[in-house]
Amino acid sequence: MGEDVLAAFEKGLKEEVSPTGKDIFRQLIENARIAREESVPMCQDTGFAVIFLDIGQDVHITGGDLYAAINEGVRKGYREGYLRKSILGHPLERKNTGDNTPAVIHCRIVPGDKLKITVAPKGGGSENMSGLKMLKPAEGIAGVKKFVVEQVSLAGANPCPPVIVGVGLGGTFEKAALLAKEALLRPVGQKSTLPEIARLEEELLTEINRLGIGPQGLGGRITALAVHIEMYAVHMASLPVAVNINCHAARHKSIIL
Amino acid sequence: MSAEVIKISPPLSDEAVQRLKIGQQVLISGKIYTGRDAAHKKMIELLDEGKELPVDLWGQIIYYVGPAPARPGQVIGSAGPTTSGRMDAYTPRLLAAGLKGMIGKGMRSEEVKEAMKKYKAVYLAAVGGAGALIARCIKQARVVAYPELGAEAVYELVVEDFPAIVVNDVWGGDLYIEGRKKYAM
Repeated sequence: MGEDVLAAFEKGLKEEVSPTGKDIFRQLIENARIAREESVPMCQDTGFAVIFLDIGQDVHITGGDLYAAINEGVRKGYREGYLRKSILGHPLERKNTGDNTPAVIHCRIVPGDKLKITVAPKGGGSENMSGLKMLKPAEGIAGVKKFVVEQVSLAGANPCPPVIVGVGLGGTFEKAALLAKEALLRPVGQKSTLPEIARLEEELLTEINRLGIGPQGLGGRITALAVHIEMYAVHMASLPVAVNINCHAARHKSIIL
Repeated sequence: MSAEVIKISPPLSDEAVQRLKIGQQVLISGKIYTGRDAAHKKMIELLDEGKELPVDLWGQIIYYVGPAPARPGQVIGSAGPTTSGRMDAYTPRLLAAGLKGMIGKGMRSEEVKEAMKKYKAVYLAAVGGAGALIARCIKQARVVAYPELGAEAVYELVVEDFPAIVVNDVWGGDLYIEGRKKYAM
């Protein structure tokens, strides 16, 4: 887990007013310490391996199938790291693949000659509490806020609050969902570079933290550690908004080759 | 929340369960069983066929968890609670079969809460995501049913002072509702 999340726990511990909530922050900090010391996962749900690749357009990948190589890396990582294998090969037949493959892989072609790999394992409990709505443009900013806050409210205790709320605003149906996921890759609490979006992030965080859900849903003022919004251009007929909830185990790591 | 910490040890009697109130912290010691969706589904199928369950649930506690694999020398890997709501469809049947306690995280359905009142059972929350911390309370672990399910197999765990908090009691109380009411603005 990153230092950004730990810092958010320390901040949460200071700001939380509920005694139970404070106690939970202490346990989460202690849990992160044990996990680091003993090289064990902080949470048993070591997730679906979600991989983002930023492939420089001058990079030429040779010697085999890139997707197969990524899945081999996932297989090796989950086996040698003693991580849980949570992936079922078929949504209805529900048989475990035994090695946590396949990964979910998103590729982007970018300028340059580097290859950036981001690994962001995603837990099932918080993923289940995510949602998407195609709003009417007339619903505007009020409609966006209402949907995001409602989504967190309905999720309640289920996604292991304190959560990080990723919001995808605009684009198409699938683009909004991907933006929401990408929003979760930002260091916790880093604001959008767009002033109007940064303001919306702050307003949403305030409203969410007025819900009273609190750490683990047992009551308190810190329901979310951050709200991150990514946006994209949109069709004149549409206002898609996607909410991807991440539990406090917000794990991601990037390397550049 | 009550400052008093209550120690419990299964099998639990009706009286032991009735003493527990929402917001109370409990420390569980002794044997508990794990079970997630897939194991629940199989157990309900057995009940439908009139067969015996692989473990006698009378007075017992089920912990909703799918642990991470143990490293060499460890008893178990990270072992925090999973979302309980996924078990709701199966739970009333297991309560009728004598199950007295459940440990998980997240909200239960009205049907489950009613069944908890009817059969005198309690729902406890463990801290979701604190899997490394919780694993320290687990002293022994062995698979007792459905090994083919991997992380979803039924384990018998021997725990010592496993910390949890009472979320739903036999009196109809719900800490998620009460806690939220108290801090909502």
